[in-house]
Amino acid sequence: MTLYFTKEHEWIAVDGGSATVGITDYAQAQLGDIVFVEVPVAGTAVEKGKEAAVVESVKAASDVYAPVSGTVTESNGALSDDPALVNTAPESDGWFFKLALADPSELDGLMDADGYKAFCESL
Amino acid sequence: MSEEQDIPIQTLPLDGWHRAQGARMVPFAGYSMPIQYEGIIAEHLWTRSSAGLFDVSHMGQLLLSGEGVDEALEALLPADVKGIGLGRMRYSLLLDEEGGILDDLMLSRWLGGIYIVVNGAVKYDDIAHFHEHLPETVTLNHMDDRALLALQGPKAFDALVRHVTGDHPLAALGFMTGGRFAIGGVDAWISRSGYTGEDGFEISIPAESAERIATLLCGEPEVKPIGLGARDSLRLEAGLPLYGHDLDPGTTPVAADLGFALSKRRREEGGFPGHARIMRERADGPATKRVGLAVEGRQPVREGAVVLDADGGEVGKVTSGGFSPSLQQPIAMAYVPAAMAAPGTAIRLGQRGKIFTGTVTPMPFVPHNYVRKGA
Repeated sequence: MTLYFTKEHEWIAVDGGSATVGITDYAQAQLGDIVFVEVPVAGTAVEKGKEAAVVESVKAASDVYAPVSGTVTESNGALSDDPALVNTAPESDGWFFKLALADPSELDGLMDADGYKAFCESL
Repeated sequence: MSEEQDIPIQTLPLDGWHRAQGARMVPFAGYSMPIQYEGIIAEHLWTRSSAGLFDVSHMGQLLLSGEGVDEALEALLPADVKGIGLGRMRYSLLLDEEGGILDDLMLSRWLGGIYIVVNGAVKYDDIAHFHEHLPETVTLNHMDDRALLALQGPKAFDALVRHVTGDHPLAALGFMTGGRFAIGGVDAWISRSGYTGEDGFEISIPAESAERIATLLCGEPEVKPIGLGARDSLRLEAGLPLYGHDLDPGTTPVAADLGFALSKRRREEGGFPGHARIMRERADGPATKRVGLAVEGRQPVREGAVVLDADGGEVGKVTSGGFSPSLQQPIAMAYVPAAMAAPGTAIRLGQRGKIFTGTVTPMPFVPHNYVRKGA
């Protein structure tokens, strides 16, 4: 499994042709208390860089973008009952959705963990 | 938010103190201010159960004094200023000629005049308005050398009373009264008032003492510093409007459901801006009215969401909305047509292409917890 990050603060864990997507610890800390998450249902086609999910904190609504294109195979149902999972476990139990990759070459140009850490420190 | 301006962001007396407490700072009303410390929900619930310290030094503190100050103020707002006794406090509205709301504010009678606290985002507009309309016999002192702290919550009294001395005990203050005290040895004006729906106090002190007094109060086990984020969610639960969002010059006291700010004598005598229109709205009902909405589901509707009629036409708008930490559900304030304003009415809302359902709900959403004393 390989972990990538985007400048929009999503993470994507890739295992062969499938991947899991969520938002990073940095992102959840910036958003604050998360009270609602809307994730795409299985079968939804998502496009790299386009809105794929919505996350709402007490303060504001934010879009979550698809890090790569693909078809959603599963979404995290636990988030509807317990959206705060995104705060407490953003990079594990607080995952958003899984997808089948449309074009693995889209992963090129995403950051690895060290690159993302350096990116966050530059903000 | 409506506070975005091209002017440089200013700092308040407690700027360094907030940062040392771990605050996340954001621009608000032209100032860098703390939006949160440990988190909005935790801070909100702490204030409802214990006591929170809010820095509201961005608000304008004005002292109007001189010959004819009561009459001069009564020409600009609908409060019975003459009837405000020493140490009493009244909520009022600065009105334009059409009865539109220029600001909402608090009036208190000091020995030396009328002390007014106005919203930070419009304080310079208010001051210009006063200068334009007040007679030369009235002096306006913008006390920008003072800080304003609010200590709010059911344990606010317990924490504050340990540090306050004065001619009268702090316990003598009831809701919407104030007096001169010393806190930590510093001269202070303290009123039993606030913007959370809880019991609590607002404390006006010299800016140079603000850090010491904030540290003193946060040293009490009941007290934590609370940011603007929780201030907003607390006031929304309390049904209290926010100027620039729920109130603006396009709204009137009647439409905003703030009829209590129109004193009986002033309604009868008139002599304030917009009197004729306001009395007509009062008699006939306003076209739209500010109401509270309980929103179905968990997703909040925010300011800017639209109120829809049965045909999907836009007939109103949401002016504040968010997730209520106390009720664990989304709540909102909206202007809706008078025919849709009765409690229990189902309201269709549109936001970002999605339809939501709200129910008109009496405000406050969370009961007020004020401590009132007999006159």
